Amino acid sequence: MLVHSRKARWAVWAVFLVLFLPLFALPLLVVLGASFATHWSGVLPSHLTTANYRSATRGEALQALTTSLLTAITASLLALTVGTWAALAGAALRKRYRRLLDALFVLPVAVPSVVVGLSVLVAFSQPPMLLNGTRWIVIVAHTVLVTAFAHQSVSAAITRLDPAYEQAAASLGARPSYVLWRVRLPLLLPSLTAAAGLCFALSMGELSATMMLYPPDWTPLPVLVYAATDRGALFTGSAVAVVLMTATLLVLFAVSRVRTRASYR
Amino acid sequence: MGIRFDSVTVAYDGNVVLDSLDLTVGPGEVMALLGPSGSGKTTALRAVAGFVRPASGRVLLGGRDVTDLPPYRRGIGMVVQQYALFPHLRVDDNVAFGLKARRSPKVSRSGIRQRVAEALEMTGMAAYARRHPRELSGGQQQRVAIARALAIRPDVLLLDEPLSALDAQLRSGMLAELARLHRELPDVSMLYVTHDQVEALTLADRIAVMDKARLQACGTPRELYRAPANEFTASFVGNANLLPVTVGAGGVGFAGTELKVDTADAVAGARATLCVRPHLVGLGEGPNRLAGVVREIQWRGATHRLYVEVDGHAVMADVRELKDPPRHGDPVSLHFAPDDAVLLPAGMSHG
Repeated sequence: MLVHSRKARWAVWAVFLVLFLPLFALPLLVVLGASFATHWSGVLPSHLTTANYRSATRGEALQALTTSLLTAITASLLALTVGTWAALAGAALRKRYRRLLDALFVLPVAVPSVVVGLSVLVAFSQPPMLLNGTRWIVIVAHTVLVTAFAHQSVSAAITRLDPAYEQAAASLGARPSYVLWRVRLPLLLPSLTAAAGLCFALSMGELSATMMLYPPDWTPLPVLVYAATDRGALFTGSAVAVVLMTATLLVLFAVSRVRTRASYR
Repeated sequence: MGIRFDSVTVAYDGNVVLDSLDLTVGPGEVMALLGPSGSGKTTALRAVAGFVRPASGRVLLGGRDVTDLPPYRRGIGMVVQQYALFPHLRVDDNVAFGLKARRSPKVSRSGIRQRVAEALEMTGMAAYARRHPRELSGGQQQRVAIARALAIRPDVLLLDEPLSALDAQLRSGMLAELARLHRELPDVSMLYVTHDQVEALTLADRIAVMDKARLQACGTPRELYRAPANEFTASFVGNANLLPVTVGAGGVGFAGTELKVDTADAVAGARATLCVRPHLVGLGEGPNRLAGVVREIQWRGATHRLYVEVDGHAVMADVRELKDPPRHGDPVSLHFAPDDAVLLPAGMSHG
C-alpha cells in the first residue's frame, strides 16, 4: 500500500472494512450462522443446533455433493485440456485468426448461462447425440461454460512465456513435441493449476444452466440449496450451502498447494 | 565445420534488417560480429540458428544448405545473453537436456551422465550439479548455459552477447574462460555477437563489423585496428580521431598545417579523413605538430585524456599520467608519427 502516514493508513483500512465487511464477509457469516440455527427473529440466530448438518451430510445431500464434485472435476479437467490445447494452437496462429479464436471461446461467457443451458439442452436432445437425461449433459454444459476461463488464463500465460526457453530447447535439438512436454507445459504448470482451480470453483457454483437440464439422478449441490430455500427450509439450505462452500475451498486449497510447489521463480 | 552466409537478406514486414550478408567463418575459427544495436548482427546469428528465415540467400553449415531446416535439425550450440536456463530443471538436467532430447542411440544413459559431468567440469560448475538455476549467480548461470551448449558436442557454437548481463569484473574473467574453452575445443567454430569492442578484439580470430544491416568491414582484429577501411570501423573498433583533411603531395592539409602521412594512392586535392588513435597522439613538440587549446581534461588513473581544440576540431589524446597536467584553456602542442595515421576516403559512411 502506497500510503505512508499512520493516520492515512488507518483511514484506508477503515474504508476497506466498511466496504468489505457488509458486502463480502457479512452475507457469508449470516449463512454460517443460519446453518446452526432453527430460528432467527432477533439480531442473532437462536435455538442453536447441529441437526441441519446431520441432514446436509447424508442421503440426498451427500449424493448431491458427490455429484457436484464429480461434475466439477470432470468439467474442469476437460476444460483445461481443451482450453490449453486451443491456447497453444492459437499462439501459433497469426494475430487476426488468434483474435477470432479468442472471441469464439469467450462466447459462452458473454451469452447468459441460461441461454447456454437451453442451447445445450436443445442441441443434445436429438439422436445421434442424445445426452438429455444423462449426467453427461450437465458435464458438457459446465465444460462449455468454464472452458472460456481456462483458455483465457492459459493463453495469457503463454504470451508471458519467454520464447528464449523454447529457442534454447530447439537449438539443443529438441523437437516441438519434446519442447512442449519438457519445457513449455512444465513452465505453464502454475497457470494451469490456477486455471483448474478457477474452473472447478465456477463449476461447483453453477446453477442457472444446470437448472435447465439436470436429470433427476444427477442433482448437483447448488440445485439442492436452491430447492431447500425455495420450499422455505432456509436453515437446512444454509447448512448445505456451507458444505458446498467448504468442499470448494478445501479443493482450492489443495490446488494452491500444488501451485506453490510448481512455481519456480 | 564452417558457417557460410551466401547473400543472406532478412526482412520483417518489408523492413530490411540484414542486407545481403556474405560472410564465411572457417572451421575452428572465432568470428565476432561487432556492431551497435540494430546493426543486424543478432539477426545474422538467428539466421544461422534457424529462428529467422531469410527472405533470400542461403545459410550453409559445413557445406550443407540448412536454410530450410528447422532449428532442432541444425546441430548447433547456442548461448544467449539472458542464459535461458530451464528454471524447473536442476543444473545437471539442464546440461543433459540436449542429449536426452536427441535420444541418439550412440549415447547411453551412463554416457549421458559422463558427458554432463565432462561439460560441467570444463566450465568449472561440477560442484553445482544438483542446484536449481535460481540458486546460482549470473556468472554461474552463464557457465551452465555454456556447458549445456557444449554437452551436445556441437561443431558450431553461437554466442549472442553472452557477457552483457555480467558486471565488468566478471566479464573479463569469463572472457579468459571463453578463450581457454576455445583452446581446448579447437575444432568448434564460434560466431560471437557483441557490441563490445574489447570482447571482439580479445577473443576473435576475425571481426565482422556491422552497421545499418550491412557488413562494413571484415578482417583480423589487428587489420581492423591498425588499418580500418572506413570511418565507422575506425570509430567502432577502438577510439579514433577522425580529422577532415585535403590530400596534398606526400601529405595532407589539416587546419592550415601540412601533415606528413602515407597518402598511398589517394588523388591529390581530394577530401579525405585522417584516422589517428588517441593513444598514439603525444603531448609536446614532434613531427606532425598540431597546436591547440585544452578544452577538457580527464584523469583516468593510469592515463590522462586531453580534448584539444585544433582550429575548431576536437582532437583526443591519451597520454601517460602527467605529473603536471595542463589546465583548461592552456595552449598545447600535439604530435603523432607519420606511420601511426591512416588515410580513409571521405564520406564512405557516417557512423
